Amino acid sequence: MSTFIQTLAVGLRLGSIYALVALGYTMVYGIIRLINFAHGDFIMVGGYTMIFTVPMATALGLPAWAAVLAAIVVCALVGMGTELIAYRPVRKKGTNMTALITAIAMSLFLENLAQAIPAIGPNPKVASQIFAAGGLRIAGVTLEYTTLLTIAISAVVMVVLYEFTQKTRLGRAMRCVSEDKEAATLMGINVNHTILSTFAIGSGLAAVAALMYMAQYPKIYTTMGSLLGLKAFVAAVLGGIGIIPGAVLGGVVIGLVESFTTSYISSSMADAFVFLILIVVLILKPAGIMGKNVGEKV
Amino acid sequence: MKKNRTKQGYLLNTIVIVVLFALFQVLTAAMGGSGSFKLVLAPCLWQCCYLIILAASLNLVLGFLGQLSLGHCGFMAIGAYTAALLSLACERAGVFEDKEGPVFLAVLIGCILAAGLLAALVGLLVGIPALRLKGDYLAIITLGFGMIIVNIINNLPFCGQDGLSLGSASSSLYKNGLGFGSKGKVSYLWVALLVTLLCLVMMFMFIRSKYGRAIRAIRDDEIAASASGINTSFYKIMTFSYSAFFAGVAGALYACANATLSTSSFAFSNGGILNSTFIVVMVVLGGMGSLTGSIVAAVIMFLVNYQIKNGTWVTALPAAVQGVFQYPMLVYAIVLIVVIMFRPKGIFGSYEFSLINLGRDLKAVRLRKAAERAERKEAKAHA
Amino acid sequence: MPEKKLPVLETKKLGITFGGLKAVQDFNIQIYQGELVGLIGPNGAGKTTVFNMLTGVYVPTEGTVLLNGVPLNGKKTHQFVAAGVARTFQNIRLFKQMTVIENVKTAFTKDIRYNMLDATFRTPKFWKAEKEMTEKAMDLLAICHLEDKADVIAANLPYGQQRKLEIARALATNMKVLLLDEPAAGMNPTETAELLECINTIRDRFGVAILLIEHDMALVMNVCERIQVIDYGQTIASGLPEEIANNPKVIAAYLGE
Repeated sequence: MSTFIQTLAVGLRLGSIYALVALGYTMVYGIIRLINFAHGDFIMVGGYTMIFTVPMATALGLPAWAAVLAAIVVCALVGMGTELIAYRPVRKKGTNMTALITAIAMSLFLENLAQAIPAIGPNPKVASQIFAAGGLRIAGVTLEYTTLLTIAISAVVMVVLYEFTQKTRLGRAMRCVSEDKEAATLMGINVNHTILSTFAIGSGLAAVAALMYMAQYPKIYTTMGSLLGLKAFVAAVLGGIGIIPGAVLGGVVIGLVESFTTSYISSSMADAFVFLILIVVLILKPAGIMGKNVGEKV
Repeated sequence: MKKNRTKQGYLLNTIVIVVLFALFQVLTAAMGGSGSFKLVLAPCLWQCCYLIILAASLNLVLGFLGQLSLGHCGFMAIGAYTAALLSLACERAGVFEDKEGPVFLAVLIGCILAAGLLAALVGLLVGIPALRLKGDYLAIITLGFGMIIVNIINNLPFCGQDGLSLGSASSSLYKNGLGFGSKGKVSYLWVALLVTLLCLVMMFMFIRSKYGRAIRAIRDDEIAASASGINTSFYKIMTFSYSAFFAGVAGALYACANATLSTSSFAFSNGGILNSTFIVVMVVLGGMGSLTGSIVAAVIMFLVNYQIKNGTWVTALPAAVQGVFQYPMLVYAIVLIVVIMFRPKGIFGSYEFSLINLGRDLKAVRLRKAAERAERKEAKAHA
Repeated sequence: MPEKKLPVLETKKLGITFGGLKAVQDFNIQIYQGELVGLIGPNGAGKTTVFNMLTGVYVPTEGTVLLNGVPLNGKKTHQFVAAGVARTFQNIRLFKQMTVIENVKTAFTKDIRYNMLDATFRTPKFWKAEKEMTEKAMDLLAICHLEDKADVIAANLPYGQQRKLEIARALATNMKVLLLDEPAAGMNPTETAELLECINTIRDRFGVAILLIEHDMALVMNVCERIQVIDYGQTIASGLPEEIANNPKVIAAYLGE
């Protein structure tokens, strides 16, 4: 029983990290219909930023997690830069496929650029402690503070984001642009500006995810975002890509599947199970759990 | 008249190929013993062979069928492991003892064929569900299948973690299986070249037939294709499986050229040259829809990769550039982005090289260049 | 005693619903061999939706499509084509990166009998089939006055010729019924006249039944033997051109009540 609860807690923690990353994928996909393969690497960017900013924060007498603020800024800048330098020019004249290939190229570029920067290099770096050690003992099961905080912070971020898209001016603009770019332009919305803001917010979320990830797995390496990003993307597709609550649901499901497979079946098969779920979902309901199927107009 | 010209073209190509091949055999016989041939040229040619097949076969799906598949290395992995395991089994069963003679040659060819067929079968099984999806979703599902294939191979007791790459069978490919040392690479180079040539011919014939027309029609407009009586799912799955066949063959050649196999070589992306993304880079660089382009791009990318790693000129460069060269994927990523931005159709677009039309094509290029120059001049005059 | 003729294409109570919206309901039509029938109606009346159901692009939620008395329920688009229903599209859908003749040849694909081995080894069977096909394709292009454009990339054709190429491609499927979705849209009077000639040639040479959606009233009244009018997904009138022209319901539907 205690194994079950532990597994559940781990699954939820992993799930909330996936959900945060999946939100970034979903927001960008919703607005420009592009799988931003580089999104996973924004996590890596956030991770390395914090490697440098956590000691700074502690030196200034701030709590370690305050370092995430700098990471959010850096990630948002990298995200916007990616959009401006690579995606926007290609979107103007290319097809969907060339845009997707550009995204893959950007992902490779970021990963390998990080390795080529001397201060980062190919070897993993270890982050310092972020949240207080220890945990709560409830009914014979120890739940670490890290786990609890991760779940709580993610939940707060998601609620704020949802309210943001529903209530604020920019949030409404984002939803407009994702429905119909031309109509949005006619309504006086600056489409390019809105897309850029979406990239900034999505990448900022990746920095928060990086914080959560580092709190649990302090080892940072340049390809850390690759598999993490792919799984988060699976989560976004699972929930219905382009839908914010869908990304959260998908993230949690993927987290749970992974933790239960790891503890009850085999850790080396966990990834295979995650992708198996993706395949089953795509075949049975390609638009995802919460999505609607839309056919092509003839 | 026109058909005769096509036939003449085929005849011309055949003659040139036969002559080149004979020339190559003579060359091998003459230089086979020399160190640079044995240690540099022969291994390089092996690598080029499977890279060419890989790029060309992915182009069938990416360029001609117009579907992005990100799991191509999965099929290559299947081919590589099939060929390796089959050859090891043959050795253990005593079918061949030393890697010479007609029996071994039969085993070698059998292994390559089996590798292709199994990969095609898996391609069929993957393609049936996957190709119901399109665009981004297809890219992701093929990526997922590629991951699963590699993951499963990794978990199979007889080939993964404690099998070929690490355990008792480690480096047994050189000793017992297909894996060729430098001597073997020289003496069986002709097999690799012949297999590559055959694969390319098969692909060319495929795209220059009703099959090729059908899949290009699907690429241009799937609904119109089905309204023209084309069974789109059938042609898509068939092309996918056909392409997987060649990836499997390429995998077998890869197994021949290596002492050990490890699943990490077949990942979606990794630090090395062999991964699904790298194959996409080759296809895009050469031109989606041009087999000629894929061949040229495969050779170019191989040369770039080789030069970055081994070229003596590299040491003369500033340290910063050398630092970048330690991460070849960084270079390829930049190449890919630049190509997509400035020449989205790749080097060759959809142009196919043919000997008999070479004169005509060159003239067309010259005329176009002249026209462009004239246009520029006129624009300048206006300004 | 004259035998009662079987319609080539017939629909029975055809209807489709999109998420609660009844786009087309209770649509009945019979088209006989060699006939030219017009399907007209105001914008958004459901004409193209009918075409999509007649070609298997949309699956009707009720009713049946019969071809020579054989129901085509549950068949896919390419099976509709194999049975003998060919169509063109309102928004031109050519194989843009292929040449004009390749566009037509593609539509022959289902009738070519050579297999993979023939193609790989270029057997005499392959050459024979390809040669026959090229000849037939050139023939069809000639009907549509496109024979001198055979090697042009389809995307580079002018608009009017693109529409004609769509018709040539549809002809290549060896159909019994041809569905033309606004073939004259965007054409100038000269091009429309040429198109008319082309349609007449097709009817004379192939003896096929043609169902035509068109907004150009002059054209419809001129060529169609019978006309069916739909509005809001329902048939409001059908009959001879002059009957339709004077039908108060039709006039009301077009001019608004």
